[in-house]
Amino acid sequence: MNQTKLFALFGIALLLFITVKSTVYMVDEREKVIIVRFGQVLRYDDAPGLHFKTPFLDEARFFDSRILTMDAEPQPFLTKEKKYVVVDSFVKWRIEDALKYYLTVGGQELDARRRLEQVVNSGLRDEFGKREVQKVISADRNKIMEILTENTDREARKFGIVVVDVRIQRVDLPAEVSQSVYQRMKAERSRIANELRAQGAETAEKIRSDSERQRDILLAEAYGKAERIRGEGDAKATDIYGKAYSRAPEFYSLYRSLNAYKESFKRKEDILIVDPSSDFFRYMKKSAR
Amino acid sequence: MAWNEPGKPGDKDPWGQRRKPGAGAPDIDRIVKNIQQKFSGLFGGLFGGGGGGGGIGRAGGFGFGLIIAVAAVIWLLTGFYIVNQGERGVVLRFGKQSEITEAGLRWHLPFPLESVEKVNVEKVSNIEIGYRSNPRTGGKSKVPKEALMLTEDENIIDIEFAVQYKIKSAADYLFNVRDVETTIGQATESAVREVVGKSTLDFALTEGRDQVSRSSRELLQGILDRYKSGIHIVAVETQKAQPPDEVKPAFDDAVKAREDEQRLKNEAEAYANDVIPRARGGAARLLQEAEGYKASVIARADGDARRFSQIANEYMKAPNVTRERLYLETMEQVLSSTTTIFIDQKVGNNLIYLPLDKLIPMGEAAASVPFVPPLTEADATMKGGSSSRSRSDLRTRGTP
Repeated sequence: MNQTKLFALFGIALLLFITVKSTVYMVDEREKVIIVRFGQVLRYDDAPGLHFKTPFLDEARFFDSRILTMDAEPQPFLTKEKKYVVVDSFVKWRIEDALKYYLTVGGQELDARRRLEQVVNSGLRDEFGKREVQKVISADRNKIMEILTENTDREARKFGIVVVDVRIQRVDLPAEVSQSVYQRMKAERSRIANELRAQGAETAEKIRSDSERQRDILLAEAYGKAERIRGEGDAKATDIYGKAYSRAPEFYSLYRSLNAYKESFKRKEDILIVDPSSDFFRYMKKSAR
Repeated sequence: MAWNEPGKPGDKDPWGQRRKPGAGAPDIDRIVKNIQQKFSGLFGGLFGGGGGGGGIGRAGGFGFGLIIAVAAVIWLLTGFYIVNQGERGVVLRFGKQSEITEAGLRWHLPFPLESVEKVNVEKVSNIEIGYRSNPRTGGKSKVPKEALMLTEDENIIDIEFAVQYKIKSAADYLFNVRDVETTIGQATESAVREVVGKSTLDFALTEGRDQVSRSSRELLQGILDRYKSGIHIVAVETQKAQPPDEVKPAFDDAVKAREDEQRLKNEAEAYANDVIPRARGGAARLLQEAEGYKASVIARADGDARRFSQIANEYMKAPNVTRERLYLETMEQVLSSTTTIFIDQKVGNNLIYLPLDKLIPMGEAAASVPFVPPLTEADATMKGGSSSRSRSDLRTRGTP
């Protein structure tokens, strides 16, 4: 008796639990929910919190209400000058209208992502085709992202999706083009290196030759000045000699000649061959005679 | 916050208060009150009447009621949770955010009514782009796909950077973006590449590194704020900015060339600094020598002239005798100091054989004249061309 009572109690509790579980549903801050009864959407904009529905008949379907990511596969695109660039982009999107989202993509996130990727890729193709590589990388990058965000958002609204942001994550050159970029960079650097070395040599040569010029000028000027001074000295000396010697020119020639003889012949190796008829020997001859 | 307010107004640290032994008892009271408030807030008056359901259990006895009571107490106790220092507890009531709690011992309505998610808002986390460091070995591995990017001048640069971020809003962090870490990584790459794409290679490699970091940080923060991600970017740090490995030797060589340039210049300057002062010194020497020459020449001329004048004066007094005397003295000196060969032309033939080569060594051997040192430059330049010795001879003999 007691046993059956307990079983009944337990059964009632279980039934109650299942009913409550089917009646009550919670909407998390991170979720959106739509209530479907036999394929027909009843409600779709419940705020987070506790909600009630008709048990067993109504079905709650949950979607993520946070910002989601569609990370597109890197794809090659042609630019205006017919160069390929590999672009990796991503889309930040959010389910705005759960009903529309449910109706158009069946609430399948994968499906939604595929659609977004299509829109973004065709947008990228259009925008890149209008611009040169350099613009794509630099000046127009932001603009492209803005345009894409706007266009993709417009398209995505049809699926109940809000596009928060479309961003170009990477713009790279294909591998074989990268190699030629490396070649160019190398050439550029060796040009710079050569230029620098040549400039260094040029400057060095200028400095050296300038210093040598200065040295030569200094020395030449000094030489000139020195010769002038010497000349002055010589002139003065000549003047002094002249004045002194001109007082007795005849004696000067004697004096000078005698000095010259003495200077010229004063070593034993000097051999004089003397004729006894010279004046010096006149007494020698006389006595011999 | 509510936890703390009734306590000491100055003590804001819930842990500090909790550790005080005397403060334990009132806390429990407060928790109980808190529990009551929460339940009354949730179910209104229902909670008070909830205890009256014991009508069934009367027959089952006291024991059954006790089990339920104990189960209820245990259930209530599961609502306790600890929020560590630096964390925030975000309490969700049926999935809806109800409150954010700070550090301390906390209690929420037990499952499934409320749940809590704890978020550390002080911890600074790190995301690596372009490389992955291995915390076990301390080594680094490259991720070229992330590190290599195009610059404005269509060159490729190799940049590695680290992003430091922390959570500034726990609720935003939890509720607004799915997979926040991946989002930060993507946004960082996008931001850095945008900034680098607007810089030239040389700029990004050298003086622009800081600016790239700073601009990237601002851009990244802007992006993440737009997503309401609740993330605060502390810093974007450029770990490495260098040319790609393929072209690194060429770049290194260019750097070397810059140093070579400087070195060549410095060497030349060193040369100039050596040459010019030396030349100046040489010039000064030339001038000094010339001045010395001038002075000495004049002085010598003066001396020679005076001496000549004096001898000449004496000569004037007896010219013939003096001339004769000087001549003879000179000849005497000349003939005595040299090897003299005396030839009487009247006796000999027209051709005389003189073995000069034999005579000279003989003369040398016989020479008693002391060695005369070679003439110095000063002597050679002397006017009058006579050595001082011969002149002193003249003077001593010339002056009676």
